[in-house]
Amino acid sequence: MRTRPAARAGQYTALLAYLVFLAFPFVWLASTAFKPATELAGLHPTWIPQDPTLANFRQAFDEQPLLRAALNSLLTASASALVAVAVATPTAYVMARRRGALARAATGWVVVSQAFPFVLLIIPLFLVLKNLRLIDSLPGLVLVYVVWSLPFALWMLTGYVRAVPAELEEAAAVDGAGRLRTLVSVTVPLLAPGIAATALFAFVTAWNEFFFALVLLKTPEHQTLPVLLTRFIGAEGVADLGPLAAAAFLATLPSLLVFALIQRRITGSLLAGAVKG
Amino acid sequence: MTSVTEARRPAPGAPGPSRPRRRAVDHGPWFLVLPALIPILVLSVGPLLHGILLAFTDAQSGRTEPTRWIGTLNFQDLLQDTLFWESFRIGLVWAVGVTVPQFLLALGLALLLNQDLRLRWAARALAIVPWAMPEVVVGIMWRITYNPDAGILNETLRDLGFGGDRDWLSGLATALPAVIVVGVWAGMPQTTVALLAGLQNTPRELHEAAAVDGAGAWRRFRTVTWPALRPVAVAITALNLIWNFNSFALVYVLTNGGPGGRTRLPMLFAYEEAFRYGQFGYAAAMGCVMVAVISVLLAVFLVGRLRGGEER
Repeated sequence: MRTRPAARAGQYTALLAYLVFLAFPFVWLASTAFKPATELAGLHPTWIPQDPTLANFRQAFDEQPLLRAALNSLLTASASALVAVAVATPTAYVMARRRGALARAATGWVVVSQAFPFVLLIIPLFLVLKNLRLIDSLPGLVLVYVVWSLPFALWMLTGYVRAVPAELEEAAAVDGAGRLRTLVSVTVPLLAPGIAATALFAFVTAWNEFFFALVLLKTPEHQTLPVLLTRFIGAEGVADLGPLAAAAFLATLPSLLVFALIQRRITGSLLAGAVKG
Repeated sequence: MTSVTEARRPAPGAPGPSRPRRRAVDHGPWFLVLPALIPILVLSVGPLLHGILLAFTDAQSGRTEPTRWIGTLNFQDLLQDTLFWESFRIGLVWAVGVTVPQFLLALGLALLLNQDLRLRWAARALAIVPWAMPEVVVGIMWRITYNPDAGILNETLRDLGFGGDRDWLSGLATALPAVIVVGVWAGMPQTTVALLAGLQNTPRELHEAAAVDGAGAWRRFRTVTWPALRPVAVAITALNLIWNFNSFALVYVLTNGGPGGRTRLPMLFAYEEAFRYGQFGYAAAMGCVMVAVISVLLAVFLVGRLRGGEER
């Protein structure tokens, strides 16, 4: 189909407007992160730092336990991603292959669980974790993150399992492979990219999560990055813009990297989910 | 082995002759669901039911005496609580105010990305960025953008000659709209990706046939694209409405509910009630009311949409 040049120009203008809208806050964050304090205090801020510096990053690391928080975030996010995938993969397999009442109930729950406000979930969880002495501990937070990321992990993985033809498994069975053998040497290898994508997605969700961490973690040594970042802002509102921007910038990089890796797969699974779900 | 199609047919209810060998291949053994089912039951279904029960008690944080059943007292108090209803109203304004522009902007972007434009790959990558960012960072980023002195927004306005001395997030009139803009920005990627997925599913031949018949762009959109896109659009809008109504982190970082409670979303209100004042029972009651209202809203929305689909 041909599009008239005028319409094309309009489309490009619109696309450009979208790009500017989507990109400018991030560009501004980066620009603020690399500006020296004198420039930040100046009256007329510029887009590009005139005298770029790493001082903000140094100050952020000096004044706040940034490294500690990053490590906490990394540990929590990796642990929850691994556990979530380990737990969700078998279930997703069953949900995709056997479409009985249980699978329907599980799918229903995945949808329903989206509708509940966290506050209704967090108070009882808080009480349960308190009894288990898991409040203010990273294992407790991992537990919460696993459950919290399960619905989407199940959703994604079910789609990936459906994409593995059952005929392949049958062929393996005909050739005399047992049930376990079929799963291990036929299904799992085909599923591996999907499992990896799901794990990475769970990682980003946990890395970015704020509400549960805010409620469950009390001592500064246990804080994850997002919680620490809000401490930067302080009670009066705006503290030091430069270090704040620098720390926020750093906290975003892992998520962006992982997302760049799995972007295509996420889009694909949403496609499958949106069309068939 | 009989045909594959038969093997893949779901077998609801009717037991029929059991064929153990086939079962072993086609359906996973049921116990495989346990690793996911148990945590979901213990840490998701259980707490939710517990949370609903808590709404009927006087549970408080750090109290030594046992909590008691107090019937619907929390809900009666809630009815009188004008602050809560004000927060509820703000929550609805926010949810609708974010969801509608989010959908329209995302639809526009998805339609553009579905065209054969250059730079499409860049736009696709960039469109995902807000999704990947931690919500806290999104909040911080926009705080820096909105900053009255060092922010780029006021500077740009000054350059364009619009004055530009506003303190966007502290002004009583500007705080909520300013926060809504951030909400729209942050939620656009998911919506765009979902709509794009739906668009790629629309029949291309139909589109071309309509073009050959001389239908304009708008007509083609109405008669070909929209009917195919509709289910995805309804689903993602419903989800967005829920997510937005329940959102917390963005506004917590941007304004923490201020100025003067103008941006205090129901989640922020309930959070403070539960974890600042320790009123667990009362906060749980708020959560219940939020679920109830959002369910009713969704039911109305979905029924309306579905009926609209039948009439056409």
